Amino acid sequence: MRDVRFGAPAYQVAVIGLGLLLIVRGAFLLDWSTEWKTVLPLVALLLLSDAVFGVVNPGRDDKSALVTVTGPLAVASIVLVPAVGVPLVVAAHTGLTAASRRAQLFNLGMYAIMGAVSAWVYHALNGVVLTSPGTEFSISSVLIPFLAASFVWEAVNGLLVVFYMYFRDGISPLRVWFGNLAPSATPIFIYSFFGLMLAVVWSYVGPIAAVLVLAPLLVSRWVFAEFSLRQEAYDRTMQSLIKAVETKDYYTRGHSERVSKASVMIGRRSGMREDRVTTLRYAGMLHDVGKLGVPTEVLQASGKLTDEQYEAIQLHPVRGREITKDLEFLGEAIEAIHLHHERIDGRGYPLGLKGAEIPEFARIIAVADAFDSMTTTRSYRGARSVEDAVDELRRCKGSQFDPVMVEALVEAVEAQGWELVDTSSPPEGAIPSRAIDDDDPTVASRLGIVIPMTVPRDASSLSDPPDGPS
Amino acid sequence: MSAPRDLRASGLLNVAAGIAVIASVVATSQEGIPDLGPAMAFLAFIAVGELLRIALPNGRQAAPLAAAGALGYALLPGFSGHPVTISIGLAVSVVTLGSAVGAFPRALVGRGMNLEELSRRALTTLFTAAIFRPLLPYLAPDPSKPDWRLALAMILAAVLAGVVDALLAAAVRANDSHRPLKAAVRDEFRALIGIASAITATGVLIALASSKIGYYALPVFAVPLLLTQFSFRRYATIDATYLQTIQSLSKVTEVGGYTEKGHSTRVARLAVMVAREIGVSERALDDLRYAALMHDIGQLSLSQPIPGGTTTLLAYHDQKRIADLGADVIEQAGLERAALIVRRQADPYRPQRGNLDDSLPIESRIIKVCNAYDDLVGASTEGDRMASAVERLELSVDRDYDPQVVDTLARIVERQLDYVY
Repeated sequence: MRDVRFGAPAYQVAVIGLGLLLIVRGAFLLDWSTEWKTVLPLVALLLLSDAVFGVVNPGRDDKSALVTVTGPLAVASIVLVPAVGVPLVVAAHTGLTAASRRAQLFNLGMYAIMGAVSAWVYHALNGVVLTSPGTEFSISSVLIPFLAASFVWEAVNGLLVVFYMYFRDGISPLRVWFGNLAPSATPIFIYSFFGLMLAVVWSYVGPIAAVLVLAPLLVSRWVFAEFSLRQEAYDRTMQSLIKAVETKDYYTRGHSERVSKASVMIGRRSGMREDRVTTLRYAGMLHDVGKLGVPTEVLQASGKLTDEQYEAIQLHPVRGREITKDLEFLGEAIEAIHLHHERIDGRGYPLGLKGAEIPEFARIIAVADAFDSMTTTRSYRGARSVEDAVDELRRCKGSQFDPVMVEALVEAVEAQGWELVDTSSPPEGAIPSRAIDDDDPTVASRLGIVIPMTVPRDASSLSDPPDGPS
Repeated sequence: MSAPRDLRASGLLNVAAGIAVIASVVATSQEGIPDLGPAMAFLAFIAVGELLRIALPNGRQAAPLAAAGALGYALLPGFSGHPVTISIGLAVSVVTLGSAVGAFPRALVGRGMNLEELSRRALTTLFTAAIFRPLLPYLAPDPSKPDWRLALAMILAAVLAGVVDALLAAAVRANDSHRPLKAAVRDEFRALIGIASAITATGVLIALASSKIGYYALPVFAVPLLLTQFSFRRYATIDATYLQTIQSLSKVTEVGGYTEKGHSTRVARLAVMVAREIGVSERALDDLRYAALMHDIGQLSLSQPIPGGTTTLLAYHDQKRIADLGADVIEQAGLERAALIVRRQADPYRPQRGNLDDSLPIESRIIKVCNAYDDLVGASTEGDRMASAVERLELSVDRDYDPQVVDTLARIVERQLDYVY
């Protein structure tokens, strides 16, 4: 945000110049003989925390902004240092790791100005400097001036940034203000609150207060970081396990991901809430997870499938539910996985449900599934064009598909487009796909009966222990 | 045979805490409570903190606010600028009563009461008050003017208290779950270092701030810790979900008829029990659990299921191939350690005409043994069958199987048999 490459040098020079002036003024006018005890530790802590946490103003777009530690330190100095010294102290919050020297200088100027203005507000409202000897204060007498000062701190920060972006990129100041800055108001309120706590305890026990107030924040920050790592690892695990299944069959590679994408498009088009869209994404991802358990020889059989093999394939929605039923976070997705081969006219499987009896998610996935199946190559036919696939979906709406979902997909594809993948030429040695694809509505389904829900299992091997490990 | 089951460290701990609490309450009832206001404020604070108990990763639980409140009261140098008199007995009584008040509603709704943790808190409070209160008059002659020396002394006392608490917890865990003491201590410190430092800092902070400000300090200065607590909670949730997901996906092989029902879950449970007892660190346990759950995932690439899914009976070459295929999948998922464990799961303990292979992870050896055991026993709980399975494994010890792992498994099975009869 503050990387200076082009833009209005005059604006930058003005900010930097004014800031430097304030800093130099502070250095001269500050009574160092008494203030060094506060100023030096604050500057050191700010530099240290900037160096450790890198980002100048963490998390305008990052949730960990809630637990920034540099912010509280900077606002605490408004209350701990005489007004004239504030610009000098907060300028240390400059970001040693800022993108460029010029960006660093701009930050220096900006923080100095923010410090000067907010310190002025604090003292105009009769706030006292907590560390001056013999000061007695009550929290309530400091609270209002402090809140006002930290509000101004943020407002000045916002203004300086908004105009910086206006001069650099020509983005409307109002848009930046409401789009980027307003949402960060809550974290800022929270960290100014920590700043006040820090200042109060600092006035009793000195810099050791920083350890006491910041330790829980540091721990939170660390946990947040771990949390996002986990979240990532977890999404990756799920995706790659699904991919691992798909490697069984060259032609269906990437299928789950695309079905997931198309399902989300349908969901968004029909105005679904964002948390449900997330669940829908999982449902699309996992809709064929039951195929993981189908023996590879069946998936890869070429030519006509035996009844047994056909049954094994038809079982995959039931198996999918079996696998996912304990995953609480999947919620509605579990039934969608179970019922994504149902048809509106009741001729689908495994339960033969009709119309609205079929859950919304399942109806969405049925459409997305067929769409992707038709627009990708199968061993027995080439990929169809999007137009052909749309025609086919429309032909089958009301019988196989929910008309509402079909139209939602068509609209979404028209608006956003659909990227076709080329699976037409399997690499050498690729395993031929099975001949019949029951996701594909153009292949006549030959089955109307309901498959029993139990999984065939050879129980005889359980009764006698084998001869012993080799 | 190990020590008789009824002599457990947690029992000992509870008895010790019980004696300390009774003595404290008796002493307090005779002395009276000189400063009722702060006592009640901290009691209420601890009770609320106990209500807001959270789950930590690794299956631990904590009530950070209650722990910080207890610490704060034991260290309280003054209140609202006035001196306070807090005897050791009073500190233990207030902390225990507050914890009990907070734990009661949870016990009522059936969420259980963590007696062990309450006992530890009582004993830790006893320790903190005993080392700190006698020094207080020298450290803070005027409680309305706390200074950095007082703060430093409080931090030192609090850190010591944290160490004592972790040691007590480790001792109980080591004894109750047959875990080597050294490994238990290491785990406890690793698992608690984050939350404990936040608790320590907040406890000292509350004590310092309320010695000047009084009542307001308690809720206000607890906010950073509340934030920490909130992040831990989110973390523990996602951790649980992660395990759940892997557990579900591991069922894929069962649902497809590749392996026996419940096989991977049983192998994982057993492997973790064995690993705990051998002293594998708790961090490594996660990867072991994932690896054990997914150890058969390579079978999915077989075109036809093996009868009964018993990989133990396959030729080494085929076992190895399945292990490799599975490891490739797990590697893609970014679980490198678990992938390595799975990759080496088929390797014999002592290669033919070879020396021991140091690069063979202990986790792989554990899974190899537990997998073989479960192939033999399955879901059965027949004592004869369990015993004869162990005997069979012992036949191949030192060749296929790690003797230490088999011994540990034998001990666990023996305890299970004791339990059955």
